[in-house]
Amino acid sequence: MFNNKILKNEEAASLKLRSLYSSFGYSRFKMSKFEEYDLYVKNKDFLISDGIITFTDTNGKLLALKPDVTLSIIKNSTDDGGTKKLYYDENVYRISGDSKSFKEITQTGLECIGNVTPYDECEVLSLALESLATIDENFILDISHAGLVNALLDTLSIGSDTRKKIISALRSKSSDALASLYEENEIDQNALTVANKLIANYKSSASLLSAFKGLGAQEELESFISILTAAEKLGFAKKINVDFSIVNDRSYYSGVIFKGYVKGIPSEVLSGGRYDKLMKKMDKNSSAIGFAVYLDLLERHGTCKNEFDYDYVLTDIEGIDAADVIAKVKELSCGGKAVAVMGEIPKGVTCREVISLLKGEK
Amino acid sequence: MEFINVALPKGRLGEKVYDMFEQAGFPCPSIKEKGRKLIFENAEAGVRFFWVKPSDVSIYVERGAADIGVAGKDILLEYAPDVYELLDLKMGKCYMAVAAKKDYRDDPSRTLRVATKFSNIAKKYYAEKCRDIDIIKLNGSIEIAPILELSDVIVDIVETGKTLLENDLEPKEKIVDISARLISNKTAYKFKQEGIDKIKEGLAEIVRNKND
Repeated sequence: MFNNKILKNEEAASLKLRSLYSSFGYSRFKMSKFEEYDLYVKNKDFLISDGIITFTDTNGKLLALKPDVTLSIIKNSTDDGGTKKLYYDENVYRISGDSKSFKEITQTGLECIGNVTPYDECEVLSLALESLATIDENFILDISHAGLVNALLDTLSIGSDTRKKIISALRSKSSDALASLYEENEIDQNALTVANKLIANYKSSASLLSAFKGLGAQEELESFISILTAAEKLGFAKKINVDFSIVNDRSYYSGVIFKGYVKGIPSEVLSGGRYDKLMKKMDKNSSAIGFAVYLDLLERHGTCKNEFDYDYVLTDIEGIDAADVIAKVKELSCGGKAVAVMGEIPKGVTCREVISLLKGEK
Repeated sequence: MEFINVALPKGRLGEKVYDMFEQAGFPCPSIKEKGRKLIFENAEAGVRFFWVKPSDVSIYVERGAADIGVAGKDILLEYAPDVYELLDLKMGKCYMAVAAKKDYRDDPSRTLRVATKFSNIAKKYYAEKCRDIDIIKLNGSIEIAPILELSDVIVDIVETGKTLLENDLEPKEKIVDISARLISNKTAYKFKQEGIDKIKEGLAEIVRNKND
């Protein structure tokens, strides 16, 4: 009998996500562990971390252990006019945050590549929301629009250095940093107003619309509003938060971008968006949208530590027929219990009950 | 009700920061009792304070052990933690500077030897100037480095400039202004935004009154 309890959090989530994605017609993309290093060098800024594990192949080519899945999927996509819907469940290798050392990270996600329609965009967004709901009911999806942010910043009379400073202030939600840019005459009153609007949060498409109407970038605003309205209609209105502090590299993302947070996990567990510009950079004519879920972060989420190492320990089995001992194990392990047979209980090992077979006593 | 966990920097600055929280309506009187206790809470105000080493505040906040905290801009620039920087508390004001011996003359034809605790800030500053440097990472008593010819210059925090002066050094270039900042963990800000914004507004009010 299959025992669900032995699945770790991230393993259970991976199974659920895979079944969710395939129910929407996404097919699994399986790839090799290695990729030519060249692919990552050309698109270094797209990667979350700089570090890549490289080695030389038998023919002298420099290969890398995959630090990312999206780039490989794009590389293997064809511009044949159709739309491909793929999901993956892979291990990637990259430098992880604080420890500054390489880590194997389990990543699940999906990509919709080709002729991406407004429906596809909403579908991917709804699957991102469903993915978070699968992990925990306490979640928030922060959503932003790279096209809208860039178009609004384009309307301001600012140089590229100032633009960088505004973006960095948005990213850290620091209205003080914007205020000091204004005080130092780096930006004018209009730029300050627009930037301050971008730093605020908006809980609904209606409040977003009233804040940004008439500021320019009408086309982008309309497209963003229609995506948000669709997500609200799906019943996720309370789970969505418009937050322009997600400002990714402008050369990759073109439309909606989003990040998912789950209560109790200190950093984002889901990240994605529409990346038409990256496609163009990689000489593809089609568009694409997708996201990744960082399953490794679920390792410590909401799990209660096992009280004991084993439920039962069987001892004193000398002289008893092996078949009988195994039958006893099977009987006790019914219902997902862990039963260990050991002559002597090692120091530090804990169990709910010790059963001595010799005397038939507990 | 859920607590908001606040990491405060141990030391003089931290005590001043706590006073601001108290004035803003988030007191926790037991914090002033002498002892070795590190965690203090006030259930009524919904806050739990704890003292940590100043340079560790951003780690506690980034990793979610604290929802918010107060850290110097120097630490935020040096370690670039993935957190929101909600408010400039405009206290603990000082600046990051390049300092050297009073009679020091820069020789651009040579690699510049820079002694500092803040190697990332120094690297970034000189990278923008396209200057080739040799970073010497020290953990304290930075001022001694140029005197003993360990380095040409130092990159360090300058408050009054007194320590520099006593060692016959002086600030040569200002890199960036530093002050204490209220920071927040990103996830915590999503789920406890109302409470965190209340604290932020309370503190902002005090900052405004102080500067008026």
